[in-house]
Amino acid sequence: MKKIFTPLVIATAVLFAAALVLIARVPPESTMGLVQKIFYFHVPSWIGMYAGIAVCAVASISYLVTGRPAADRLATSGAELTVLFGLVGLVTGPLWARKAWGVWWQWDARLTIALLLWLIFVAYLVVRKYGGPGAEKLAAAVALFGTAVSPFVYMSVNIWRTVHPLTSVMPQLPKSAPEMVPPMAASAFAFLLLFGVLLIARIELGRRQAAVDELYLAHEEGAA
Amino acid sequence: MLKGFVTFVWSMLLVAPALAMQPPAGQSEFRPMSEVPPSEQLPAAPLLIAAYVFFLLAVLFYVWTIWRRLNKVEADIRALDQKTRAAR
Amino acid sequence: MGPQREVKMFFRVALLVLRKDFAIEAKSREILTTTLLFAVSCVLVFAFALVKEGEAPPDAAPAILWIAIMFSGTLALGRTFERERYGETLRALLLAPAPRPALYVGKLLGIVLLLGVAELVLVPLVAFFFGAPFFVQPVLMALLLVAGTVGFAAVGTLFAAMLMRVRTRDVLLPILLYPITVPVIIAGVRGTAALLASPPDEVTATMWLAIVVAFDVVFVTLSLWTFEVLMTE
Repeated sequence: MKKIFTPLVIATAVLFAAALVLIARVPPESTMGLVQKIFYFHVPSWIGMYAGIAVCAVASISYLVTGRPAADRLATSGAELTVLFGLVGLVTGPLWARKAWGVWWQWDARLTIALLLWLIFVAYLVVRKYGGPGAEKLAAAVALFGTAVSPFVYMSVNIWRTVHPLTSVMPQLPKSAPEMVPPMAASAFAFLLLFGVLLIARIELGRRQAAVDELYLAHEEGAA
Repeated sequence: MLKGFVTFVWSMLLVAPALAMQPPAGQSEFRPMSEVPPSEQLPAAPLLIAAYVFFLLAVLFYVWTIWRRLNKVEADIRALDQKTRAAR
Repeated sequence: MGPQREVKMFFRVALLVLRKDFAIEAKSREILTTTLLFAVSCVLVFAFALVKEGEAPPDAAPAILWIAIMFSGTLALGRTFERERYGETLRALLLAPAPRPALYVGKLLGIVLLLGVAELVLVPLVAFFFGAPFFVQPVLMALLLVAGTVGFAAVGTLFAAMLMRVRTRDVLLPILLYPITVPVIIAGVRGTAALLASPPDEVTATMWLAIVVAFDVVFVTLSLWTFEVLMTE
């Protein structure tokens, strides 16, 4: 693992540089202008957030079923990345919306759903920090419940929002603008690589922390 | 491990001047937003910059928290090592 | 033990837990009375915050009703398990050769009943203060309330039980519970609002009811499974 890490880091940095160059060069989108370029980082940050949710959810279920500490470490790492990438998405979204819609927040369905899921995984981290001993299983339950509720959140928030339709809907990536694909693809891959790099690092941190804890215990027992 | 991190942080910081030196080609001619007065274009730039800068700051902050925690773990290992040696 | 006997045992244990809680509560009626009074004061706070020149904003009544249910439910959940913690009864229950999920069901039924009584007071009260015709479609309204209460209580009972021994449980419960029960709140408020429209929009209300019922099925099942896993310590 350690041998892959530095090349991966360099690859991530290079890909980000390439993505930024492509983003700078692509002509601004015709209806939204310059601010639309936020999209090239906004959309991939959701990819990062949902990747984090997937990792945390699968690892949490595994932890609940098997009780293996490695699963717990993976779940925590996934949750931290979910919160990180989600935060980037939740900040870049309103920055775009301020220019495109004139208001910072309009309870757009997609942003609202993302906010709710983000809050659930923030709660995951809060439970781990302040939940006292044995909070890992409770946190895993939070991740599990949070994942199970996402179809319901998706459904109810979408219906809730369509009763009062927006004057302007957050657009999809325009299919008639093929020049947008390279920068978006480059950015998406860069974000995925970044996700991978950070995940590897965070898991390693967790592994070392667990090793130290075990050493402490062995030391205590040896001294006794 | 820590070296990997330092490499990463420096790579990210080096991207910025690399980007600055690239002229955005093709942007000067193709302007389909001809109906929109140029005064409406300007307010977009600070928002755009804020978005990218926030991303960078958030990632750097997270990397820093991992680095800080790794340091703490290594300090704990060293302290434990010393204790074990002293106990012998 | 054959499957039929297991099912019987399951329900017997659940009912035992329910009867125990009911018996304790019937003596002092402490949780019930205080929950009711809290719900009423909740409604009053909203009234003073929202009513302007004698009129509340449109759709305020369903919102206030459901918020009052959620807030009083959160407090009731905390205090029901506080009682268990105080009496160390949960540990005793866990030691008993009873199927764990049956304990969960017993607790869940208790909370649903408690909130049901609170709603018996809250619904007429909100109808009275805000002139909301809650009783035009009583069946759908009642179904929506029951389904919503069950959904909220299903997740709440699980988390409250898990948080019992945690020091920060009072504030952690809402942090965990509210984001996950957002679909219930949306469905409850919008479904109730649909019923209050003139003429009452039964189709929309039934759609929201279906969503809540689906939520209930999924989360009672999930909670039953998780309770078993989490209580093995």
